[in-house]
Amino acid sequence: MKILVCVKQVPDTNEVKIDPVKGTLIREGVPSILNPDDANALEAALAIKDNDPNVKVSVLTMGPPQSCEMLRECLSMGADDAYLLSDRAFGGADTWSTSNTLAAGIRKIGDLDIIFAGRQAIDGDTAQVGPQTAQRLDIPVVTYVQQVQVIGNKVVVQRQMEDGYELIEVQTPCLLTAVKELNEPRFMSIYDIVDACGKEITVWGHEDIKLSPENCGLKASPTQVFRSFTPPTKGKGEMLNGTAGEMSKSLVSKLKGLHVI
Amino acid sequence: MSVRVIVEKCKGCSICVKSCPFSAIDMENKIAVIGDACTGCGVCVDECPFDAIEKTEDNVKKDLSEYKGVWVFAEQREGKLMPVVIELLGEAKKLAAEIGTDVSAVVCGDEVDALTHELFAYGADKVYQAVHPELKNYRTDAYTKVIEEAINQYKPEIILLGATHIGRDLGPCLAVRCDTGLTADCTKLEIDPDDKKIRQTRPAFGGNLMATIICPNHRPQMSTIRPGVMDKAEYVAGREGVAIRLDVNFKEDEIRTKIIKIVKEAGELASLTDAEFIVSGGLGLGNPEGFELLKKLADKLGGTIGSSRACVDSGWIDHSYQVGQTGTTVKPKIYFACGISGAIQHLAGMQSSDYIIAINKNENAPIFEVADYGIVGDLYEVIPAILEQL
Repeated sequence: MKILVCVKQVPDTNEVKIDPVKGTLIREGVPSILNPDDANALEAALAIKDNDPNVKVSVLTMGPPQSCEMLRECLSMGADDAYLLSDRAFGGADTWSTSNTLAAGIRKIGDLDIIFAGRQAIDGDTAQVGPQTAQRLDIPVVTYVQQVQVIGNKVVVQRQMEDGYELIEVQTPCLLTAVKELNEPRFMSIYDIVDACGKEITVWGHEDIKLSPENCGLKASPTQVFRSFTPPTKGKGEMLNGTAGEMSKSLVSKLKGLHVI
Repeated sequence: MSVRVIVEKCKGCSICVKSCPFSAIDMENKIAVIGDACTGCGVCVDECPFDAIEKTEDNVKKDLSEYKGVWVFAEQREGKLMPVVIELLGEAKKLAAEIGTDVSAVVCGDEVDALTHELFAYGADKVYQAVHPELKNYRTDAYTKVIEEAINQYKPEIILLGATHIGRDLGPCLAVRCDTGLTADCTKLEIDPDDKKIRQTRPAFGGNLMATIICPNHRPQMSTIRPGVMDKAEYVAGREGVAIRLDVNFKEDEIRTKIIKIVKEAGELASLTDAEFIVSGGLGLGNPEGFELLKKLADKLGGTIGSSRACVDSGWIDHSYQVGQTGTTVKPKIYFACGISGAIQHLAGMQSSDYIIAINKNENAPIFEVADYGIVGDLYEVIPAILEQL
């Protein structure tokens, strides 16, 4: 069985801060990480491999050359090989373009049984690239997967809903997007870190995956950023003083005065 | 649209390099160079003190005039409309009035007559009905096929879907099938007064940045909308409209997933988006039992409890209670933030509450920056004291 995991290197948005004076993003010192949901996707693939040594796990990303660091991390967690789609023509892609590029890369890799991806990346939070890649490959997709069981050429998954889950059976090949409830990603192992150093990362540009520059990156993106801005903050209100009892009394009388309680 | 450096004007100050949220700008020979990671967001255009960076429009123009009307995906579960559908209809009405067009709903199910009348009452002028036993429950392949065919036949200019676990699955599939753009999780929609195109604003970067997205040369323009953000449409009993039946046919094996069973767990989610009072807890509770105290206050006010992401990640409470960027967006009358420090991702989900009350031991917690009333103190003393006063 061949499994591919789509991953993305993202800035750790939990570490991003706003310059209080200029209202702009401070990104200095913000570390780049393997997108959290993608780590769950990789763990799901590696867990299948743990139970069946014939399973091969590959990882694929689209991004700038420095994404190699993250791919090395994936190899050090236990992935067998790694592919990087990197080309100036891929830059500035929206989800339409990204899914088009990933699908072209996946076609070149070929013969896959399961493709995993994270539900969404923390820099964009769109959750679109997974299902869109599946549509381009014309394979079934299940998003928000919180449990996976492989049974022959079928996969039975739990699809997380707002108020519970659906138990879904899907045929392979298929694409599944992982949520954090799926598993606890493993750490890199010393053995695999050493092993990963010797592994080659395959790098492909647009010609390698037979994609014209017109069909990737910013040029092919139907959506465009019209403008971006830091969100207006609500502004600080009143700090109450006194003992817990006094503050509570003051709060309740203020809320009653406003007719909200 | 792309961003370009005007080399003659660039002074090499590197302010743009620091301002770029995507680390896409480098200095080469003291001139700014825009790299692959550029998304065309334009932050650098505003930051450059020398007007040396400009945005250029692409000149692709297609005939988009065939596409007319605002559509709403009327998501139903177990024969009931999702609350977000009423919010979408409210927003669609406003957009349609500004463009000068009508509002339609698309509903899929095994039995949709009652839903159709409800959709008319909430303001739909037309309802496109897809009726088939296979459409009773949502499945990606089935819904995508049916709605894609309807889009190709009737050509709407705008489609709104709720950013639910279903809308966020269906929307991306439809966008690729119809070869158009989709903007996820929008919190604000506006019509450009000049060209009548839609401007879609959404949080990005974990809520640190807001981005306004356009889809100028493709139709339909598609958005998923965060539940709980838009104002609900008004219900007018007896309002009528036009029902249009869609042809629905499935070939064998065309729907490639099978639902074995549907399992309900937490039942409180709907009450979180609809709640007038939410008492939310963070790691400052110290232990999962702390939610019991919050529940007492919530019960007294007739509201519900909520949670920060940290408590969900710690396994203290189910994720369906999570308020914030990756949880639920809420706008109650009063939001109590108890022992919540106020990460930007949390603020993104509750900032539009009418009144925010923060209770925290740490007087420097960022939550106080958005609170209408701030109480520095131990929530285990303050909340019982509030309960006494009510």
